[in-house]
Amino acid sequence: MRARQLAIRNFKTILRDPLSLGLTIGLPSVMLFILQPLQDVDEFFTPTNLAPGIVLFGFVMLMFSSAMILSRDRETALFPRLLTAPLTSGDFLSAYSAPYLVIAVVQAGVIFAMAAVLGLEFEGSAMLVVLIMVSMAVLYVGLGIVLGAVLGVAPISGAYSAVLLLTIFAGTWFDLNQIGGPIQAVEDLLPFVHALDAARDVMTNGAGLGDIASDLTWVLAYTVAVVVVAGAAFRRRLVE
Amino acid sequence: MVSRGESHFGGPAVELNGLSRSFGGSTVVDGLDLSIGPGELFSLLGPNGAGKTTTIRMLCCLLRPTGGTATVMGRDIITDRLAVKRVIAVSPQETAIAEQLNAWENLSLMAALHGVGKAETRRRSGELLDMLALAERASERVKKYSGGMKRRLSIAMALVSEPEVLFLDEPTIGLDPQSRRGMWEHIEQLKGRTTIVLTTHYLEEADSLADRIGIVDQGRLIALGSPAELKRQVGGAQATVVEADNLTDDAISALRGVYPNIRAIDGGVEIEGDDVRLHDIEDCLRPRGVTVRAAYEKHVTLDDVFIELTGKELRE
Ligand SMILES: Nc1ncnc2c1ncn2[C@@H]1O[C@H](COP(=O)(O)OP(=O)(O)OP(=O)(O)O)[C@@H](O)[C@H]1O
Ligand SMILES: [Mg+2]
Repeated sequence: MRARQLAIRNFKTILRDPLSLGLTIGLPSVMLFILQPLQDVDEFFTPTNLAPGIVLFGFVMLMFSSAMILSRDRETALFPRLLTAPLTSGDFLSAYSAPYLVIAVVQAGVIFAMAAVLGLEFEGSAMLVVLIMVSMAVLYVGLGIVLGAVLGVAPISGAYSAVLLLTIFAGTWFDLNQIGGPIQAVEDLLPFVHALDAARDVMTNGAGLGDIASDLTWVLAYTVAVVVVAGAAFRRRLVE
Repeated sequence: MVSRGESHFGGPAVELNGLSRSFGGSTVVDGLDLSIGPGELFSLLGPNGAGKTTTIRMLCCLLRPTGGTATVMGRDIITDRLAVKRVIAVSPQETAIAEQLNAWENLSLMAALHGVGKAETRRRSGELLDMLALAERASERVKKYSGGMKRRLSIAMALVSEPEVLFLDEPTIGLDPQSRRGMWEHIEQLKGRTTIVLTTHYLEEADSLADRIGIVDQGRLIALGSPAELKRQVGGAQATVVEADNLTDDAISALRGVYPNIRAIDGGVEIEGDDVRLHDIEDCLRPRGVTVRAAYEKHVTLDDVFIELTGKELRE
């Protein structure tokens, strides 16, 4: 209840900066438009392959926004005032992440709708893809909370670039297997490529839960870990 | 929900036991012992950097003490933070508002975070906005407000939850005289029902509002008492100040014949004692060519007390 009120305030703060919000939601869809004609050159660039990658690309932007809003808030006198209200670190965590999870759903919805118009194939269970994508949304927004709770405004841009590169190299708009080498070795230890592989496998080949169990485990484990770390990061902010 | 009179806690509203805090090597709050009764308005005075804000931040659970502890309505500020936060509200020294929201939304936010219901929030917000003359622009985003308007809203955000214990860190700083007076009246109304810890550098504010005053300097409590007690402590015995022109040493010694406890001050004399009569003084001085410009009972202000106790020099 109390957390909801703070979440509403944070949501209003986001909505009242419509330009950033528009870019965050609109830009990934534009990427999809730009990239999908390339399927005439390379068969990888189908809406089906691109959609999950573009969604993750959008989530990176959300991670950046959530990190920035929290970090900027922490620099204001309002933040300690909020901390004197009877809210737990869990309340703060959900209040700062919920608005971005809502935006993530809208953003991903727009991208998939666009992909559907462009000829998305969908063989497997939509629920599985939703599960993967929601988990990734929580992971990215949670990462944003960790960054925002720990870093100042300036270093966040650096961290953002790192996560952006790791996400792109996981194969947002190409097949990581064609790159191989140390990049693939690193990416295999991170959740991004597992999310992409699983989502593409479900959509293209109709893979079921059993087929993607290993990839899904990577994704869910990372998500849980990030949420735990984000909670701890907030708990440390409650009292100096 | 937090509202007055619901708590049946019988002990002191705020109690500090050797409360200390250091940053790095320097001790900023140094073993404060203090007990503030329910409904009391306690004013914490002290020079810049004395540790007032640091003390308040510890009592609001924003800062962990490095020594000692404190309780608020019987709840420990280290081990029972959530319970403390349920009964307090703070108006921080720095203006603390959500810039992207309007005044209504700011007040509703703080009320909601403290569990106040919607209808009650609307009623209280309306009253506060009227009192602080913000009603007309209450629907405007507050980032467009003037500094003083933001300040007023920031204070109102502490008042809207009607806490049992209210911390006001220099609430009237930056307010125009009308707003300041309005604020005093409001605080006056809360007295007796709400326990208030107030810091200020306007000593007449502490003088007229506070039940008791604690003066801190370099993190230590150096004086404690009601405004009258503190003034008595510093002002000493009753005295009359006589301002006069052409006051000669000769005239002063003549006057000393009548009043032995006399001492020269800048532009006149000060006579100690409670039986000083103006016509006796004039009878003595006029024949010696001295004109008495004014004579009045010496009035000790809290400023005198403050300067006497904390020294005249600026520190840091
Ligand atoms: N986070 C911090 N880190 C280091 N030193 C601090 C910190 N917060 C406060 N101090 C120091 O503690 C001392 C007391 O500061 P505090 O803000 O409590 O003073 P104050 O009595 O409220 O003064 P003022 O009247 O100027 O508001 C100052 O010397 C200040 O520099
Ligand atoms: Mg201060």
